[in-house]
Amino acid sequence: MSFNVVTSSFRVVRREREAGAEALRIGLIAGVAAVLFCLIGAYVALDKRDVVEGVASFAAVALAAIALVAGYTSAATANRQGRTPRRAVLLAGGAGLAVGACLALMVLATTNLGIRTILVAASPALVRALTFGTTAGSSGQIFLLLAAGFGLGAIGGALATLVPERLRRAIIRGVFVVIFAGLFRDVFFSIASNLPGGVDRMIYGSAGIRLWPAILLFAAVVAWTILRAAAGKPSAARTGGRSKLSIVLLVATVLVLPLITSDFVAQVAMLVALYMLMGMGLNIELGLAGLVDLGFVAFFAVGAYTVALLCSNGPLAIADVSFWVALPVAIVLAAVSGLVFGLPVLRVRGDYLAMATLGLGEIVRVLVLSDALAPVLGGSQGIIEIDRPVLAGISLNTPAELYYLALILAGAVAFISWRLQHARIGRAWLAIREDEDVAQALGIDPVASKLVAYSVGAAFAGAAGAVFAVLVGSVFPHSFQLLVSINVLAILVIGGLGSLPGVLVGAMVLIGLPELLREFGEFRYLFYGVALVAMMHIRPEGLWPAESTKREMADA
Amino acid sequence: MTAAAISAAVRNRTADWWRRSIWVDHLMLAIRVVVAVLVLWGLAGGIAAGTYSAANFASFAMFGLTIGSVYALIALGYTMVYGILRMINFAHGDVMMVGSFAGLFAASSLSGAGLTNDAPLIALPLVLAAGMAVGAAVSVAIERVAYRPFLHVRSLAPLICAIGLSFVLQYGARGLFGTRNRAYPGFGWMEGTVQVAGLTIPIPQIVAFGAALVVLAGLLAIVRLTPLGKAMRAVSEDRDAAALVGIDVSRTIVFTFAIGGAMAGVAGVLYALVFKQITVFMGFFLGIKGFAAAILGGIGNLGGAMLGGLVLGLAEALGPALLLEGYGLPAPYQLKDVIGYGMLVLILIFRPQGLLGERLAAKRA
Repeated sequence: MSFNVVTSSFRVVRREREAGAEALRIGLIAGVAAVLFCLIGAYVALDKRDVVEGVASFAAVALAAIALVAGYTSAATANRQGRTPRRAVLLAGGAGLAVGACLALMVLATTNLGIRTILVAASPALVRALTFGTTAGSSGQIFLLLAAGFGLGAIGGALATLVPERLRRAIIRGVFVVIFAGLFRDVFFSIASNLPGGVDRMIYGSAGIRLWPAILLFAAVVAWTILRAAAGKPSAARTGGRSKLSIVLLVATVLVLPLITSDFVAQVAMLVALYMLMGMGLNIELGLAGLVDLGFVAFFAVGAYTVALLCSNGPLAIADVSFWVALPVAIVLAAVSGLVFGLPVLRVRGDYLAMATLGLGEIVRVLVLSDALAPVLGGSQGIIEIDRPVLAGISLNTPAELYYLALILAGAVAFISWRLQHARIGRAWLAIREDEDVAQALGIDPVASKLVAYSVGAAFAGAAGAVFAVLVGSVFPHSFQLLVSINVLAILVIGGLGSLPGVLVGAMVLIGLPELLREFGEFRYLFYGVALVAMMHIRPEGLWPAESTKREMADA
Repeated sequence: MTAAAISAAVRNRTADWWRRSIWVDHLMLAIRVVVAVLVLWGLAGGIAAGTYSAANFASFAMFGLTIGSVYALIALGYTMVYGILRMINFAHGDVMMVGSFAGLFAASSLSGAGLTNDAPLIALPLVLAAGMAVGAAVSVAIERVAYRPFLHVRSLAPLICAIGLSFVLQYGARGLFGTRNRAYPGFGWMEGTVQVAGLTIPIPQIVAFGAALVVLAGLLAIVRLTPLGKAMRAVSEDRDAAALVGIDVSRTIVFTFAIGGAMAGVAGVLYALVFKQITVFMGFFLGIKGFAAAILGGIGNLGGAMLGGLVLGLAEALGPALLLEGYGLPAPYQLKDVIGYGMLVLILIFRPQGLLGERLAAKRA
């Protein structure tokens, strides 16, 4: 589980080449990334969403960012090797040029070679979108791409070498804030629509932020950052006040969000809360006890099907009780299923455990889907007409109301996890995670500890499944695919294994963002994959690491 | 030894086991007994039901051997990587998918020249070569991204990176090649069937089975006879010691991944030859079956991977008819995967060393 236990003296370190060769290498890698970005169809899909209304689409921003980052990195490398700033910027422009050249080659291949039989996204629409509507196959088109690549690379290089650090930081922050404000138009627009006087329409267009507000926002952020730095105030991050302030901000946002925004945002928030519930469940198993469980979705399914069978009006219902009766039953049944799941795999460890649990989860899904169990569980038809929960005579119907239900459950689960984590059993889990044999030698009962971890984790997932069933109003086997387990795993890894606030951050990043960027939905699993790999390379401890992991990384 | 002495020894050992064991051991024993009874009961019922004729079973078995040889080829990649790194390459199944698509595009362009229909014996090796080359390249890229940076530490990082890469490959391929199923072009006379001992067997099944055997023989030759194979065996014994005696460890690891990826590419093309249709999502679950085959045969053991693949293929092909039919379940073929996954789970629990493998030292999580 730890990320730094050395097992072999064998370590491969890449030797850095001369600045020019590095720039070419970076440029080519970035170019391939840019071409792939276009060819998987992401460019055309994301071109539909504007960041700045009528000026820059999400796709254009992403592509420009690739060239900028290539320029920035190669200039920084040149700088480190003691090259002059002018040469560094030139090399950065070269890296950008390589990106432009890769794209130009792709455009040429698309227009002339007819590669569309293989690559479905290499369409005329892609070429049109990439080259701003210039005539297909013209040399102007190619020149445009090359010049844009060179220019962006050089700008990135200039940012890395010529601009003083304080200003650079302010500019980067300004750009990020504008992109953020533009991309999450839905959230901010619905918040702004609470304000009087049509402010919302002044700031936002139909697809993104308007040009002038964007410029104003950028200038304000830059000025504020510089002024703060000039006033000599130590930034909050360095004084360690960040976590407290951000926790307060997070909690405030989480509490009022669905009230001041639209139903759509509330629905997304509801999903985030659900995945938080599951994330905290897997956090007990994987984050604390170190049990890699890829069949986690089975517990979610147990919770959902229990509520469905108990609360449905349909023909398959075995009872018609209220949600409040069904919820505890679902949680208990899920915990029992966790026990049943955990018992046989007690002696299996590591990668083998991942595969064994994956197999168990798939067996559950195939069984639920099969005709053999269809008379009980409905097979592929699922179970429909599940009653909504009723509280004090009011039926919880809107996404916002169900959001608060999930939120209260998540809060309770977070409290329980937090208490468990610092109790005797929590310490036993950590010990087992680090080294099972040593833990056993110290008098910890690994069998009991692991079984408790499985059943507590499963109980949390069961609660999530119960809420899911009433949220959707029906359950189908295809809602319980392996992908759900992978989602939850990714949430934990991105947030930080073993960290409770990490679960919240992970769920917001991995569930919230792709839902809000609807055009992005098709590429979310690609994004998950890239995020998992990038995280392991750049920040293996996660976005919001647990205290123990932080200490460990500091020791290394 | 007399019968009395033997029975005394057995009694002694049983008493000893009983004294040492805890309730978990008893539970495991109970699960074993329950599974054995269930299997025997199902077998008896299936045979008694007599729904299928002997010819039916023979053609099921032939089909099982075919899909089993695909599993075996995938299993070889898992086994080789595990043998050398003691880690599972979670993205290996998707390498097979990518190899299959590479084969598809090679086959389409050859079919444009009329080569696949007129001279399948020339076209098929070319298609296989395309699948092998791309499979090897992708596999090497996986090693570069997911394994090399984490070679010197023990951590979850390679597993998570490989899961991530598996998704990158699946959804990247979906974006590049589209979501719809793709069909391989026809391979002339290889589409037909032959009559062997009164059985009608499709030729692609024979070709796939034969090709898998040839590839396995080649692989065994590489590992047993070449300096590269010797280096691979040395690195898998002890990485640090191998480096000390002058073996280029990272190069050896790269070659291992490349060979494993090439095997997966062959598996992808042969799968497509038998099933005609390929999709970008087929790799993941075939990969899990391949892993099950590798474990079944004894991970780290090349012959074991082959045996494991064939046994798993046979079990999946015959299981529904023999076993599940005995319980009178409706549509037993829907539960084919339950047999495959069930075998995976049971082997991992009860015999992690597989059929041919040695007992591994308790693996650290």
